[in-house]
Amino acid sequence: MSVPLIALTGVTRRFGDGPAAFQALRGVDLSIEEGEFVAIMGPSGSGKSSLMNILGCLDTPSGGSYRFRGLAVEALDRDQRARLRRHALGFVFQGFNLLARTSAQENVELPLLYRGEGNERRHQLARAALASVGLEGWGHHTPAELSGGQQQRVAIARALVTGPSLLLADEPTGNLDTARSHEIMALLTGLNRDKGLTVVMVTHEADMAAYARRIVRLVDGLIASDTRNDAPAGQPESTS
Amino acid sequence: MMLWNAVLLALREIRRNLMRSFLTVLGIVIGVSAVITMVTLGNGATRSVSDQIASLGSNLLIIRPGQHLGPGRDSAGAAAFRTADVEALRSQVAGLAAVVPVSSKSVTLVAMSRNWSSGVTGTSRDWFATGKWQVAAGRIFNEAEERAGAAVCVIGDTLRRELFGGQDPVGRQVRVKQFSCEVIGLLASKGQSTMGNDQDDLVVMPLRTVQRRLTGSVDVGSLMISVRDDGAMDAAKEQITWLMRERRHIGPGDNDDFSVMDTRQIAETLSGTTRVMTGLLGAVAAVSLLVGGIGIMNIMLVSVTERTREIGIRLAIGALEREVLLQFLVEAVALASLGGLVGIVLATLASMGGAALMHVPYLFNPGINLLSFGFSAAIGVVFGYVPAQRAARLDPIEALRHE
Repeated sequence: MSVPLIALTGVTRRFGDGPAAFQALRGVDLSIEEGEFVAIMGPSGSGKSSLMNILGCLDTPSGGSYRFRGLAVEALDRDQRARLRRHALGFVFQGFNLLARTSAQENVELPLLYRGEGNERRHQLARAALASVGLEGWGHHTPAELSGGQQQRVAIARALVTGPSLLLADEPTGNLDTARSHEIMALLTGLNRDKGLTVVMVTHEADMAAYARRIVRLVDGLIASDTRNDAPAGQPESTS
Repeated sequence: MMLWNAVLLALREIRRNLMRSFLTVLGIVIGVSAVITMVTLGNGATRSVSDQIASLGSNLLIIRPGQHLGPGRDSAGAAAFRTADVEALRSQVAGLAAVVPVSSKSVTLVAMSRNWSSGVTGTSRDWFATGKWQVAAGRIFNEAEERAGAAVCVIGDTLRRELFGGQDPVGRQVRVKQFSCEVIGLLASKGQSTMGNDQDDLVVMPLRTVQRRLTGSVDVGSLMISVRDDGAMDAAKEQITWLMRERRHIGPGDNDDFSVMDTRQIAETLSGTTRVMTGLLGAVAAVSLLVGGIGIMNIMLVSVTERTREIGIRLAIGALEREVLLQFLVEAVALASLGGLVGIVLATLASMGGAALMHVPYLFNPGINLLSFGFSAAIGVVFGYVPAQRAARLDPIEALRHE
């Protein structure tokens, strides 16, 4: 059996000490293979965000182990985790989190800047990433000049431009209207299907989670259910 | 991430907030331009003083009563020279081209129903050659007039303008106190000297005329001595000192109560004054540089708080701690250096203008320009470090949540 992309074993996350301590995760076991499209659902306070932060190597578990491609993440220091994020992870946030007053092109180039790519290659990769999310020719616009849906596309392009192994999306449609939400979901589905990109998405909307092929439900810091979705939404007619 | 990228990012950030960036570095701009302007003008003034005195020639000695000239000058109590001293020097010291007595007094002059306050210089005919004065019209007083203390005078160009309305003054009368004096010559203009001294604002009369009619004594204020041979300066100085000590009854082991200085020493003493002033003004300006640095730190701290979310984004997409540190540090340094550059440009303009106004030469001083620039960049490092470190140490999760 090949090494899974993500392997969580008994992961806990505790905030604070003593009686005021809050146990966000109480022992999560989760394994995700490459090429999967997983939706993590749950009510607020169920530990979704904590789990996402740990998966994204922004945070480390208080207990248990997290292996990313067999690599023990909890043993990495701050800079090593930053390098892992830089090379293997892409983030999409609910609030888009683009740099204000900075053109779409420059926003998308940002991760490449930290990888030390040359000018030419940076421009080229960023243009290609923008084209892949359907924003060809929009590179010179600043976030303020783009609609919410377009901003989220820029954010997705920024996450994709480094060719990550894992795309983490935290409520990617939370700030968008229904039509825009479905467009974004169709985009993520397409990336997963056509490029084999592993996508892990946190959402509390069932019709967005319906796009995923696997749905994990968290309740009070524990996995309550982990089900396959054999008829995901947004797939072309021919394959369903 | 290469340093160049950090510089690029920093410049982009500065351009994005142009107005705020400018206000942030205003302190540095003012500090740098103040330091450079002060030092440049000070150097110009120093040079001007030296040049002016050096233009009198290297074979000139000036003897004054009292020990010091310049800062801490102390001539009080020391007796003035006498006309007899002049004769003694002339006859007993070998190798002197001229011994010129100089006695000055401020007076009010009246001519053609105008009046003007000026300084009267009582001296001998050698004064004109020794001080490198040219006669523009008329003549200087002759030996007979000098001996007799005749009521004749040679005036500077400023007096021609102020008293005679620019007309030819030769042959006209000017009233000095109770006596009337005939203008026999006009000196060629030497122009303004350092510190706005008008060198052409003077009346020259025979020493005896001044002694008899104005001061009423045989005192001589100071002596100018020109030595025939440059190489004999030290010997001449020694002999003069020896003779004057004897004439003034200074016992062995007592200090001289007069000073013999050559032009180089005078230039040094005078420029010592301007150098002290330059130093003080420069120090005040340096303090304003420091204040400018605190301004940068303040704005950088605000900027880190304001851009917490941006820092979170950068950290989330894989920026290392030291890359964020570098970014903010480079930004502070770039801001401060740009401020330094603007300051240098301003200082150059201000120094040129100031030099023209003060009639001193404009001397570009690469040292002070480089030093100020380096100092402002260093201020960027020092005052940018704390905010940069604060930015780099942010927790990405907290930073992303920051509104």
